[in-house]
Amino acid sequence: MSNKLKLITDGLAKNNPTFVLLLGMCPTLATTTSAVNGLSMGLATLFVLVLSNMAISAIAPAVPDKVHIPVYIVVIATFVTLLQFLMQAYTPAVYETLGLFIPLIVVNCIVLGRAEAFASKNGVLASACDGLGVGLGFTASLTVLGLVREIFGSGSVFGWNFIGGHDGMLAFVMAPGAFICLGYLMVLFNKFIKKD
Amino acid sequence: MAVQSNLKNMAAVLTLTCLLCSAVLGGAYALTKAPIDAAAREKTDKAIGQVLPAFDETSYEVATVDGKTYPYYKALRGGDLVGYAVESTTIGFGGNLSLMVGITPDGVVYNTSVLSHSETPGLGAKCASDAKFMAQWKGFDPSSKILTVKKDGGDVDAITASTITSRAYALAVQQAVDVVKALEDPVEPGVTETTEAEGQVEKSQTQEDPSHE
Repeated sequence: MSNKLKLITDGLAKNNPTFVLLLGMCPTLATTTSAVNGLSMGLATLFVLVLSNMAISAIAPAVPDKVHIPVYIVVIATFVTLLQFLMQAYTPAVYETLGLFIPLIVVNCIVLGRAEAFASKNGVLASACDGLGVGLGFTASLTVLGLVREIFGSGSVFGWNFIGGHDGMLAFVMAPGAFICLGYLMVLFNKFIKKD
Repeated sequence: MAVQSNLKNMAAVLTLTCLLCSAVLGGAYALTKAPIDAAAREKTDKAIGQVLPAFDETSYEVATVDGKTYPYYKALRGGDLVGYAVESTTIGFGGNLSLMVGITPDGVVYNTSVLSHSETPGLGAKCASDAKFMAQWKGFDPSSKILTVKKDGGDVDAITASTITSRAYALAVQQAVDVVKALEDPVEPGVTETTEAEGQVEKSQTQEDPSHE
């Protein structure tokens, strides 16, 4: 049991996809204009990651080596499309904000990376825990990054404005701010949280 | 890997995977189709409700003006025409800017609402949130005011530092005004539904001279 728990905490700290492994940078930089956007993107990836990890670990022994990438991609794409249907039906506003980045989860290195490196070699339950851990790590990182950018860029926290209608520092909402924030957060993360 | 990578195995596994996945997706599509359609309809209804006075019935139609097609909704109340809600799309700073423009039968803009945009957050994106910018469209009368930004000699207050977005917004409203003009005042029968070359020339002239009615 402690082993499973370790898989989850590893995903949050030691194997944090954003700050340690530097995977999935495209959605990380593009969707974190606010804390809510970052959180939504993280949760969407978490959903796909847990399900695809579980499915892939279940079918891995039956998949011939030479076609394992196409099979994994088809499985991942299925879960992403499923997520798209669900989001369009029940959270259309979020779906519109994240737009193109939802379908792009299919080619997210984190999802395929965990399928290759972990799910194909481990059991269903362990893979689910790994997916949950890495997914939570991704969600936490994106939310923090979105929060920092929102505070500086729009002067608000989760949509609640604290500077009374003034403009924030626009650079933080745009691409340069994403890189600057990510860089500084990475420094802080590696200094204080990442411990081997 | 336990299974050998020979042709037979690979073909079988790939076929099986694809079959299974398409079956799952087919089922999911059938299950979510109704809620997805409902969400889309609700969004459209909400947008129409925002841009027109109270109505109890809408009908969806498509008009072609100047070679561009515009979906529009005719809103009726107790059988009387309340106004038109026209979906009008132009190119803003970051991509397509889509508006729902409500226009009463006399040609006056009742209100506008942004359907979708890809403008810069904090700059052009204010076209969907800036109270002052949005308020100016209420009751905008294109027969007495000019639908271009003040920088271009018109009567539209642009969003600070977002002239391109403001121009696109004004153009989208102008397009909707032209559509309603064509609907209310067809040059000849049939011009509203099918494009005719003469009708097009007529339309572009009226666009340059908004006081012409």
